[in-house]
Amino acid sequence: MLRFIVRRLLQMVGVLFVLSLLLFIWLRMLPGGTVSAILGDRATPESRERLTKALGLDEPLYVQYWRYLKRALTGNFGASTGVVPGRDAFQIFIDRFPATIELSFFAILIAILLGIPLGYLAARRRASLFDNASVIVSLIGVAVPVFFLAFLLKYFFAVKLGWLPVSGRQSNIDATRVTNFFVLDGLMTREWDAAWDAFKHLILPAITLSTIPFAVIFRITRASVLEVLDEDFVRTAESKGLTNRIIRGRHVLRNALLPVITTVGLQVGGLLAGAILTESVFSFPGIGEALASAFSHRDYAVLQVLIMASAATFVIVNLIVDVLYAVVDPRVRTR
Amino acid sequence: MKLTRLRTTVVLTAAVSLGLAGCAQSDRESTSSGTTGSGSSGTAAAEGGSDTFTFGAAGAPEVFDPYYASDGETFRITRQIFQGLLGIKPGTADAQPELAESWEPSDDGLTWTFKLRQGVKFTDGEAFNAAAVCYNFERMFEQNEVAQAGPAEYWAYTMLGFKGGETESLYKSCEAKDDATAVITLNRYTSDFPVMLTLESFSMQSPKALKDGDANNVQKEGEGFKYPAYASAPVGTGPYKLEKYDEANKTITLVRNDDFWGEKAKTANIVFKIIPDESTRRQELEAGSINAYDLPNPADWKGLEDAGNQVLVRPAFNILYMGLNPEKNAKLQDVRVRKALYMALNRDQLVATQLPEGAKVATQFMPDTVAGYNTGLEATKYDVEGAKALLKEAGAEGMTLQFAYPSEVSRPYMPDPQKIWDALSADLEAIGVKVEAVTKPWNGGYLDGVDNGLFDAWLLGWTGDYNSANNFIGTFFGADSNDFHTWSTDFGKTLSKELDETNGIVDEGERTTAYEALNQKIMEDYLPGLPISHSPPALVVGKGVEGLTASPLTAEMFDTVTVSKS
Repeated sequence: MLRFIVRRLLQMVGVLFVLSLLLFIWLRMLPGGTVSAILGDRATPESRERLTKALGLDEPLYVQYWRYLKRALTGNFGASTGVVPGRDAFQIFIDRFPATIELSFFAILIAILLGIPLGYLAARRRASLFDNASVIVSLIGVAVPVFFLAFLLKYFFAVKLGWLPVSGRQSNIDATRVTNFFVLDGLMTREWDAAWDAFKHLILPAITLSTIPFAVIFRITRASVLEVLDEDFVRTAESKGLTNRIIRGRHVLRNALLPVITTVGLQVGGLLAGAILTESVFSFPGIGEALASAFSHRDYAVLQVLIMASAATFVIVNLIVDVLYAVVDPRVRTR
Repeated sequence: MKLTRLRTTVVLTAAVSLGLAGCAQSDRESTSSGTTGSGSSGTAAAEGGSDTFTFGAAGAPEVFDPYYASDGETFRITRQIFQGLLGIKPGTADAQPELAESWEPSDDGLTWTFKLRQGVKFTDGEAFNAAAVCYNFERMFEQNEVAQAGPAEYWAYTMLGFKGGETESLYKSCEAKDDATAVITLNRYTSDFPVMLTLESFSMQSPKALKDGDANNVQKEGEGFKYPAYASAPVGTGPYKLEKYDEANKTITLVRNDDFWGEKAKTANIVFKIIPDESTRRQELEAGSINAYDLPNPADWKGLEDAGNQVLVRPAFNILYMGLNPEKNAKLQDVRVRKALYMALNRDQLVATQLPEGAKVATQFMPDTVAGYNTGLEATKYDVEGAKALLKEAGAEGMTLQFAYPSEVSRPYMPDPQKIWDALSADLEAIGVKVEAVTKPWNGGYLDGVDNGLFDAWLLGWTGDYNSANNFIGTFFGADSNDFHTWSTDFGKTLSKELDETNGIVDEGERTTAYEALNQKIMEDYLPGLPISHSPPALVVGKGVEGLTASPLTAEMFDTVTVSKS
């Protein structure tokens, strides 16, 4: 197992190196650039030239990349030019990462807590009204555009009913920051109002972000349970006279969960893509919102750090899923 | 067995939760005296109002040292913290005394004597005096290479050069005659001085704080700039001071400066909540969680007012124009072609249907509040037949025009670029011009394209920095290289010279007359581009907000604002 993990980690370094090169070149091939974004509509040819030279953007790409690589290896990824100008790009990642993790955690929790039981129940009551209704709801979850759903949720629950905040991560209350996971910070410092306020800010974005993973997990669980229910060993268990509870819990659900775990892993990795839109419409200051802002400002340093870090997260999550897979299914371990 | 496992899980979860709770120290007890609640004994709160005014900002501030900033979101915040020698008269673009009570030029306009307000202190307790003024000017003049190239943008733009630089600066020296008298000497006269001192970048900052925070030490870091400690701990003389910038939660909190020399701010705290998405800002206002936001979509103005909010329309201090590049499209070298295109544009209809209420058809390249605006000029008449005839006379019938507009952007002078482009291109096609559409994202090639002369024609505009004719037409056509490519025309050099000469006239009355004449010449003889319109941008305030005066320069002050508790 250890060799497997080490090998995968070494592969990750290779993947990240190639990605950094491709990303570096791709960003600089995009029309527009940092200089335009900084100077805006006041730019003159002289000021443009001066700034391009000062930032070293006039040098050949390989020189720029080599310099970037040398800096990056010492942990210096450059300063932001647009998201938080002057701020160390890696620090922006550190500041924003907890927000996205917190949001993604709640989103995937909602998706799992609703998707697996509903998928299981739908399969058990196949072709019933409940099954059909659940399938339709999951289809809507995939089909409705995120920004539209977000707008509706905000309109009803925040503007009309006033139950939840419209956007942001926390009200402007006096809250102590420890880990930058706001809910956790509130619990750790016993600032219950801060924890509750941060939790309320998470509800609508987490629901929005959970719709697609929910739909996918629901459908995979349903299909997987249906498949397992037809297996011989279920019939054997039934014929042995085992109770329904044991058959469902130990035989059906456990076997049906294997593809679901893989799916959850993939969904966690894919959450970042959803987070870009969700965080933007909820003005939720996480990685996704920073990515969108960095892209519109052509903030090279921040884009590079965030994309690389996201890629590393994706690879690590996949690795964890593989390890989990081995833990859940003994057959994988022996292979 | 199963029960045991369940019990273990529950016990473990409970143990972890209990362990977490209280495992870190709350800062509340130790810092409660300096937090946002500290101002709750303020004037507005005492009279039953709210002690906090919350503004929905569209973007994050650049830096809190206004000298290194150039964007509206930063200036909106620093304006509450800092003051300049000259201020802006509320509701207008005109200069008024602020930290200087009066100013007097020498006969040649090169030496300016400023009489300073006495008894003013920076929020760190340091005295504001002539020595502080000179320290600030010398600090702005003496910048390292990195700062000169980018962050000190407004100084580079207005004063032209730095100490030891290749380009001679307009600024020569500053002398503190006595505590209350500062004398600033220029190398050359410009009509922009002293009105340029209304710019936020030229605010007065505490010399001690500048020194202690190593304020000039801007460094290059990768492909960006790293700012010194001072940039996040600014010290000015304004009605508010910076309390905190919570980057993780994207809020900036200002608290009242209780030692402010003038009338104290009415509301104790201002919170800027950064909400980039416009529809979210609107929902926040409707939910009552913010009190105001900037640049509401003109299509929403009526709905916002119907819901009980106030849409405060700023007097238009901008210009939208259609730029033309005679170097790229040779047909545009002929002034008859440029005039024909202008006659083809139905701008009355455009203003009535596509621009916000209060927008006006432009008759020249500056708004009517600027000294030098020619009131005698009439808008070029919409005349399709005349345009066709003129185009024919110039031999340009059926000409092709590559006409660009930006996507992914809304500007105060151009709320919806595509709709404006649609209307104008339809007008051009009506006289037989073949319009080729080009669209690029604002920061994704559009601005680069304009600068690099890639388009025959394009939509762009300008919001004035301060009330000076040179800030409009001098910027457009003054320099040897400009977006309008006037150097490639027969009149370009003459126009540039005329602009320099007019800008150099010291006598105000004489200069105003000269600018009026020059505006006429630009419109009737040269027509280097086509001025389209002036659009009034707006900001919206929610129910219970009083005392906010809209500024044409977006230089709103929040110290007069009160918020009643709903």
